[in-house]
Amino acid sequence: MLDSILFYSFAGTAILSAALMVTRRNAIHSAVFLITTLLATAGIFLQLRAEFLFIAQIILYVGGIMVLFVFVIMLVRLDVPLHHITFRFQKWVAFFVAMALTGEVGVMFWYVRQLPGAGLLTAPAPTADKLPPNSEQFAKVLFSNYLLPFEIASVLLLVAMIGAVVMAKKRT
Amino acid sequence: MMPVGHYLFLSFALFMIGAIGVITRRNVIVILMSIELILNAVNINLVAFSRIFGDVHGQIFALFIIADAAAEAAVGLGIIIAFFRNRETVRADEMDLLKW
Repeated sequence: MLDSILFYSFAGTAILSAALMVTRRNAIHSAVFLITTLLATAGIFLQLRAEFLFIAQIILYVGGIMVLFVFVIMLVRLDVPLHHITFRFQKWVAFFVAMALTGEVGVMFWYVRQLPGAGLLTAPAPTADKLPPNSEQFAKVLFSNYLLPFEIASVLLLVAMIGAVVMAKKRT
Repeated sequence: MMPVGHYLFLSFALFMIGAIGVITRRNVIVILMSIELILNAVNINLVAFSRIFGDVHGQIFALFIIADAAAEAAVGLGIIIAFFRNRETVRADEMDLLKW
């Protein structure tokens, strides 16, 4: 019961603010609604008992990436007079792509419903007094099975950092 | 937890909103934010299936996706700043330097 209340409130917040993010004209408003969506997704992660990802989502996404976005929005002048050279069919293209993807996913859901009991796949309820330690399991698997991808990710972040500095540097 | 279909549908809805944002918006910063929303929608799927199957491999994949999103945002925003310095615009339909 509590689970479904939490899920529906977080999911509703996420979807509503994602829709508002796409439709707002002002980029700062979009950024604020995206932050709300990311926080609601962090709530979903917590409800799925992924505590480490809950914290990582808040620190990395909301605290790191979105601050970078807001910083760039402030840096870049957005209210330049627009030339109104608009591609008129863009809305229709978006509509048809969305319809095609919706149809595809609908067929997929319908197909899955044909399998016996597959739509109701759910996890066993954990014992109330002792939850499995999420961060410990996470660290054990990350630093044993996924050590090489972890190192590659650090190299990727280094390359991205250098690339961002080179891109944003003023050319002398 | 809820049945997995709920999480799949939430993820699908967020993915679709992000895709529509990428296609319809003209502000490049908002397009980048929509891409972040798409990556985030994928993470919900991974964490939900990780919870169902009872291991943490899906969560580790989600962590790598978050790291990729950070790298992508840094490089993308650097490109936007460099482009804005050249052309004084962040509108996607005015980015036609390669078109001739």
